[in-house]
Amino acid sequence: MIKVLIDGKAGAVKEGATVLEAARMLNIPIPTLCHHPKLSPFGGCRLCIVEIKGIPRPVTSCTTPVTEGMEVTTSTPALEDLRKTVLELILSDHPNDCMLCERAGDCTLQELAYFYDVKENRFAGERRIYEKKDGNPFIERDMEKCILCGRCVNACEEIQGVSAIDFAYRGFKSKICPPYEHDLNCEFCGQCVAVCPTGALTGKGWSHKGRQKDIKEVDTTCPYCGTGCGITLHVKRNEVVRVTSKESGWNEGWLCAKGRFGYSFIGSPERLRTPLIKEAAGGFREASWDEALEYAAKRLKEIKEKHGPDSIGGLSSARCTNEDNYLFQKFMRAAIGTNNVDHCARL
Amino acid sequence: MASLATIFGSGAMTNSIKEIEGMEVIFTIGSNTKETHPVIANRMLKAIRKGARLIVADPRKVPLVKFAEIFLRLRPGTDVALLNGIAHVILKEGLQNDEFITERTERLEGLKKSIEAFTPEAASKITGVPKEDIIKAALLYGGSRRAGIFYTMGITQHTHGTDNVNAIANLALLTGNIGRESTGINPLRGQNNVQGACDAGCLPNVYPGYQRVDMPMVKNRFQEAWKATLSDKEGLKSTEMIKSAAEGKLKALYIMGENPLITDPNIGHTTKALENLDFLLVQDIFLTETAALADVVLPATCFAEKNGTFINTERKVQLVRKAVEPPGEAREDMRIISELSVRLGYPMNYSSSEAAFEELGNLWPALAGISYSRIRSEGIHWPCPTKDHPGTDYLYKAGFPRGRVSFSAVEYIPPAELADDEYPFVLTTGRNLFQYHSGSMTRRVAPIEAHAGEPYVEISAEDASRLGIRDGLMIRVKSRRGQIGLKALITGRVSEGLLFIPMHYKEAAANVLTSDALDPYAKTPEFKVCAVKIEKINSYEEVL
Amino acid sequence: MKNKEIGIKICMGTGGIAAGGTQVMEAFTEHLRSSGIEASVEKRCSMHRVGCRGLCAKDVLVDILIDGDKTTYQYITSEMVPRIVKEHLIEGAPIEEWTVGEDYHNFHRKQVKVVLSDCGNIDPEDINAYIAVGGYEATKAAVKSMTPEEVIDIIKKSGLRGRGGAGFPTGLKWEICNKIQSDHKYIICNADEGDPGAFMDRSVIEGNPHAVIEGMIIGAYSIGAAGGYVYIRAEYPLAVERLKIALRQARENNFLGNKILGRGFLNFDIKIKLGAGAFVCGEETALIASIEGRRGMPRAKPPFPVYSGLWGKPTVINNVETLANIPYIMRKGAGWFSSYGTEKSKGTKVFALTGKVKNSGLIEVPMGIPLREIIYDIGGGIEGEKALKAVQTGGPSGGCIPADMIDIKMDYESLAQAGSIVGSGGMIVLDEDDCMVNVAKYFLQFTQAESCGKCVPCRIGTKRLLEILDKITKGQGTEDDLKLLEKLGSDIKSASLCGLGQTAPNPILSTLKYFRQEYEAHLEGRCPAKVCRDLLTYSVIEKFCTGCGACKRVCPAGAVTGEKKKPHTIDSSLCIKCGACFDVCKFKAVAKE
Repeated sequence: MIKVLIDGKAGAVKEGATVLEAARMLNIPIPTLCHHPKLSPFGGCRLCIVEIKGIPRPVTSCTTPVTEGMEVTTSTPALEDLRKTVLELILSDHPNDCMLCERAGDCTLQELAYFYDVKENRFAGERRIYEKKDGNPFIERDMEKCILCGRCVNACEEIQGVSAIDFAYRGFKSKICPPYEHDLNCEFCGQCVAVCPTGALTGKGWSHKGRQKDIKEVDTTCPYCGTGCGITLHVKRNEVVRVTSKESGWNEGWLCAKGRFGYSFIGSPERLRTPLIKEAAGGFREASWDEALEYAAKRLKEIKEKHGPDSIGGLSSARCTNEDNYLFQKFMRAAIGTNNVDHCARL
Repeated sequence: MASLATIFGSGAMTNSIKEIEGMEVIFTIGSNTKETHPVIANRMLKAIRKGARLIVADPRKVPLVKFAEIFLRLRPGTDVALLNGIAHVILKEGLQNDEFITERTERLEGLKKSIEAFTPEAASKITGVPKEDIIKAALLYGGSRRAGIFYTMGITQHTHGTDNVNAIANLALLTGNIGRESTGINPLRGQNNVQGACDAGCLPNVYPGYQRVDMPMVKNRFQEAWKATLSDKEGLKSTEMIKSAAEGKLKALYIMGENPLITDPNIGHTTKALENLDFLLVQDIFLTETAALADVVLPATCFAEKNGTFINTERKVQLVRKAVEPPGEAREDMRIISELSVRLGYPMNYSSSEAAFEELGNLWPALAGISYSRIRSEGIHWPCPTKDHPGTDYLYKAGFPRGRVSFSAVEYIPPAELADDEYPFVLTTGRNLFQYHSGSMTRRVAPIEAHAGEPYVEISAEDASRLGIRDGLMIRVKSRRGQIGLKALITGRVSEGLLFIPMHYKEAAANVLTSDALDPYAKTPEFKVCAVKIEKINSYEEVL
Repeated sequence: MKNKEIGIKICMGTGGIAAGGTQVMEAFTEHLRSSGIEASVEKRCSMHRVGCRGLCAKDVLVDILIDGDKTTYQYITSEMVPRIVKEHLIEGAPIEEWTVGEDYHNFHRKQVKVVLSDCGNIDPEDINAYIAVGGYEATKAAVKSMTPEEVIDIIKKSGLRGRGGAGFPTGLKWEICNKIQSDHKYIICNADEGDPGAFMDRSVIEGNPHAVIEGMIIGAYSIGAAGGYVYIRAEYPLAVERLKIALRQARENNFLGNKILGRGFLNFDIKIKLGAGAFVCGEETALIASIEGRRGMPRAKPPFPVYSGLWGKPTVINNVETLANIPYIMRKGAGWFSSYGTEKSKGTKVFALTGKVKNSGLIEVPMGIPLREIIYDIGGGIEGEKALKAVQTGGPSGGCIPADMIDIKMDYESLAQAGSIVGSGGMIVLDEDDCMVNVAKYFLQFTQAESCGKCVPCRIGTKRLLEILDKITKGQGTEDDLKLLEKLGSDIKSASLCGLGQTAPNPILSTLKYFRQEYEAHLEGRCPAKVCRDLLTYSVIEKFCTGCGACKRVCPAGAVTGEKKKPHTIDSSLCIKCGACFDVCKFKAVAKE
């Protein structure tokens, strides 16, 4: 363990830990935008600068490893002044249309602007304007809101191994985009959306479905493959309007295209709403629960009596819960009296 | 999974997903992990960033190959030859774990004899994998004591799927790469709660917790618990039920949340079988292709509309929470089953899903220690026998349930249907990244349909140019069982002579073509190999 | 000339070739043959291409050596060759009016050539020419009879500091790397010379590539590297070509490759990596990213490359000039090298002297030489006898030294104190016609365009600085803008990630410091140097105007009107301030104010 003194608080961290990690361990807040705990340090936003005894210029705490006996100061008037300059510079090249932004209320940049009381901007000037919108069906890429923190680029490369996007151009015109500014065509895992600290990356389906403050969040488990990622359903007016995953969960907040963007079947107009009974002519007619259940029970009873319980089979579902499945096999075994019960494990 | 259970006592992943991070060598075989288990692949990439080395064995150049040190591109259905070849090199190079073999296994001699002939040269001849790569893979896997094997349907969906699993188990047993942290055998489950459905007893031969229906002691326990008379006759497996229905022996089928018409092999045959039933009851959230054939359809709830638990591929019990109200009069599955049961004279009455889970826990010690309150924020891996047990990240720490585990001598048997002059292509089927299983959920998601809504067949550039097929051109794929029309996707993923069709698209359902040949033990169909031919056409209509 | 030794050396650096060096060489070949001289003197007539000797302005420079007696010709073209062959080579009479004058000799007199000592003297495409002047002796000595630590000791004692800009002691860098245990180490030569107007590294590689390679071999031996890279701009095709030839020859002679000079354990080879012209790739971590196949973006240090560099391995990065010094230090000794320079800045420094100076070119001077001697003795003073205003050093990262500080010593410490830097050696002389605000704007435009975009202060901050400067040059600035320039400039220096951003405001801050009155003049709507177009007005001075109509004809905006033979007028509302009328008027009748 390495001993460190931050703002007068002593702490010990394991070797390789950064000053930022050490500070957070000691509950000392340092503002950040480009830092993400699951990604390699980037050091681009410069908000996390601190002073370290013996080093003449401020350094970024997210990239600096702690060394034995290091003495760190995280907040001085000079540091706060630099942070405010940096923040003003970012906001001088940002649409600042929080009133219309999907992420309002859930945006790190907005939060910092509030905290640092940035109202007027000394550096107002030209802003990047991009006419072309990305035509992919999953991810809205509003690059005017992009602060080039690089999180999406890192996530795409390190977490997903895809590298569908990177920095392009130089200077003020720098931009994060797919090669040749083509529309995004990738695995659409949305890891980039998950790590974006602003409204630059959102789900296309999120648009105007409600902002975070109006949302009920329900933690549950993804219904797709067997990995069983932890997901959070965001619900407004009995509609699942988006899916996210918590960084603190075992899957570290990472999902795939199905898990993150494949939720709209829940509210599909094609969902079955009433029981159906097939008519002699071949078509279905709507039926009440009582009628449908009575009819089904009667038919099963008849067949059981006539051909024996083993003439009936049951296929349960790997999509259903353990409880559903438990009841299903119990029904087949105890109520019907057969072991003819299986599911799609082999398919 | 059943075969793995036969060998070790349990058919589940022996490691937890988190342990992947600590692996030194990762060996995937017959698993397109990056597309079918993307977030597990994320974990593998994390391990690779930390220095893990990856071997990928697959007939297709699947996306994970990009990260692999060794790619073993074997001919479809030759897994046993490859695995035996690797075992041969491990023994020849003296890389086996003698201590482990002595203490925890038996019948090594039988294995030795059976793999004697599988020299790298011989294995190479059968598999098409260069012998140098077989040797490299053997040295890498055999040289590590922290290696994990991962497989999915690419291993099991063969007529010799059980043999494949046995051959995998041999490798782990030879090297002792099982029963410790970050090393083991890991079948990756394709669906969210396959593990749970198995665990909960939706299998024809066992009650919940893999307790055999034909053992009187077990039966008596369940008769007592359920207060019912139970049958001790092993039931039919799903594939057998379809067969039995076709033969007119099975008269009624109750299907909950399944769409066998799309997912079962040889669709023509499945349709006839279902139409042959006296009564078909389907309970689902959509009017699926299967539901359309039903006599009665009951509207059920999806995962977002009910409380309960799923058990994922790593044996972790996790909570499912109700977020929205179901549409219309749709009801929770538990309630539907209970009400049906009452009408059949067997009352079921559960106040909540939690009550059902507790009953399940009482009948299977592995779940006994798990309660809803314990898994509120994070799931627990079974076995977890008591309320203070932390759960079990990896299995067999204390040894195998049945003492010593036996090596299996596995002979190489070619697939049931091979390419020939009339049907010169080998077709393999599987999943893609965006769609899910029969598509009843994902095909109703607009962005997914916009991006990946069209069926396609992967074909190599060599074959395409030979046959004058351009990328995106409609072609007809024909097998002895049926034909479909779909667009050609020219790609380096498949090699010459191999085609791949994803299973999800009903308008060009791969299972129209597949063979219903089954593994004799697990009764798993051979989705991964069948013989087909292709022709150029102009539209879907022309197929028919 | 029958029994004489004849040598012809033709300057064929990029400058020489651009001036027609290739044609001159062809003409010599042709006329030597047709005149029969080649046959008559046989092998005693030799012709060599040589690299740049510094005074590119006078290219093509040709040396004629007759029995070692040297005559240097300037401004030679292929048409002049027959006369030289006939009169000088055959008849033995040098052509006086074509030979170089006093300024050529003055240009060289105060220089001390270490790195450039063989540039312009030997054929850079012939390893034997380098060996003939003592090349690779140092390698042999080091590899065969010295330990790496002994080599490092010599470099440390020489006091050599990095010539790429930061001035870190080279021996110390090598020593740190030497002590790190690692399965792989790398040495990289940074030849990504990107400062506008700088061509030191290019000329060294074009003129003496083997010195750089030898420096790398000795460095690799010292630190224990098996792999080397030269990261060089793709815009330097001649340098790349000569480097390739030199590497091939070095391999053929077993100075590179496996078992160097028969030492079984010593394997080292060098690859060339072409940069795509991104200024920021001269920054070492960006350079490493670029070699690794990533976008050239710097990362925060620590860890420094010497601990974790290329592919995460310990890596020493030295600049071209630094490496080219090594063989000479090894051959002539640390004491010889450190006898030049000041207490803290040892040895010599190569500068690219450009701008409003008479002799522009490449020079090598002892560290600590007064700036005055460079400008007036070597450079020959200001063009057109105008007044010196300032000297910009260190390129876009540097600053301006005002004329009244002309006696400043050119070393790391003195320049830093004056708010500028030695940098890689760019030196631009500015006179009374240069607007200091415009100079600052020029460099800011460069750094802004070359910012990699990673960190906020550099990406957006320099853009805002540029916008403010733009405002000022348009006469729309205020006193507050000057304060904002200072504030933002200092914040960018403090908060930027890499050297590019940390130094980008220097041109502004140093001009603001020494030429504030010029900025203030702009606030009042005046550009004293009459450069900033928006602040100029053109008008006709009636008494000088003859009504010739020349200005009317060239005006692209139709702003000039007037009858023939009568004074014309310029409509300032139409004038686009292109200056065409001013330039065309023979009677000085157009006023620019």
